[in-house]
Amino acid sequence: MAKKGLDDHGQGIGRREVLECMVWAGTGVLWAINGGVPHSVGLIGEAAAAESGGFTFLQMSDSHIGFDKKANPDALGTLREAIAKVKAMPMKPSFIIHTGDITHLSKPEEFDNADKVYGETGVQLHYVPGEHDMIDEGQGKAYLERYGKGSKGAGWYSFDDHGVHFIGLVNVVDLKAGGLGNLGAEQLAWLEADLKGKSNSTPIVVFAHIPLQVLYKEWGWGTEDGTQALALLKRFGSVTILNGHIHQLAQKVEGNMTFHTALSTAFPQPAPGSAPSPGPMVVPADQLRSMLGLSTVTMVQGNKPLAFVDKTLAG
Amino acid sequence: MPYLNSRLRSAAARFAAHRALIAAMLLGPVIGAMLAFGAVAAQEENVVTIDNFSFGPGELTVAVGTTVKFVNHDDIPHSVVETKKAFRSKALDTDDAYSYTFASAGTFDYFCGLHPHMVGKIIVK
Repeated sequence: MAKKGLDDHGQGIGRREVLECMVWAGTGVLWAINGGVPHSVGLIGEAAAAESGGFTFLQMSDSHIGFDKKANPDALGTLREAIAKVKAMPMKPSFIIHTGDITHLSKPEEFDNADKVYGETGVQLHYVPGEHDMIDEGQGKAYLERYGKGSKGAGWYSFDDHGVHFIGLVNVVDLKAGGLGNLGAEQLAWLEADLKGKSNSTPIVVFAHIPLQVLYKEWGWGTEDGTQALALLKRFGSVTILNGHIHQLAQKVEGNMTFHTALSTAFPQPAPGSAPSPGPMVVPADQLRSMLGLSTVTMVQGNKPLAFVDKTLAG
Repeated sequence: MPYLNSRLRSAAARFAAHRALIAAMLLGPVIGAMLAFGAVAAQEENVVTIDNFSFGPGELTVAVGTTVKFVNHDDIPHSVVETKKAFRSKALDTDDAYSYTFASAGTFDYFCGLHPHMVGKIIVK
């Protein structure tokens, strides 16, 4: 069972506290959004979501297939453990969103191994690339040939499911010296056109590899022109932003926007500023699985709550 | 005169020794640091290493025609990309290296194509 990173003991978290809330550590957090005001719902919300016959999808991230260093000599093995958890879920998710860094070095055999293991779930995957997926000789050609069908530019696209509009953005190409993640003018123009004509009540889920908001500039954890994308999304009543890259849970709620970063299935990274640099963090072997995991996102039709449950591989 | 010369030399020598002692007392740590820096510089000549998501040294001055080697010591791949596209390495996995020969003078700003907050500079004279 998932543990809660925040526990309000049924008191309800005030809006101010929610706005100030930024969870950097902890094994699991469960949130729901109701009428635009987010509140912690704990396990009751999880049960309600499951009983309502709502729609559930998973966020998986940073599988880094091919990584074999000290922080986790078998990244494929821990992905297999995560997939075993997916297969054992009582309610089959509608699909999986992968927020990038499928592979470590963009090698064909790394993509092959990832595809094979993810394929065992029997559910559809929607990918966006991480910077590690774009370092083949063709600088992203291998990724686009495999996953880019029907996408635009460097691999961005949108689709609709259960009345929710999903948008996959790419912020890991054409990066500028001294900068952060980058969407670029072409992609922002596409996003504006994609959102045109969508009613403000359409729930929006945006997913991209690097956090769209700047979480820690010193380590490059943010997107240079992310605020421009967020400005285009501001008018919508329910916006959920799913990111990876930082290999740890981070939750932030600002007005109608909920930001969520997922755990990696490969290796943890240090909390911002707690180490000389980001990068694979070596932890005692018996602690590794408590720092890896995946997220379940549930949306219930009608009253529009959206809940996250972050599960680790240890639980 | 030989005597005087000898006395003078002796005094000069004493003074010089005294001055050197004072200088050593005052500048000891600095000279030590300079010697250590010189040793490192000689050992790591024209090599830029990547450790903890940073290029070291962050700024390197070399003569025209010099080959600079970039070595990645991190557990994460990095790349070396010149801002004006003068050179671009492929992704360097752990302990991989990339070398580039600077055939002309100028200032070459570069960054990591995966983690662009990592920046460095090569000055070619």
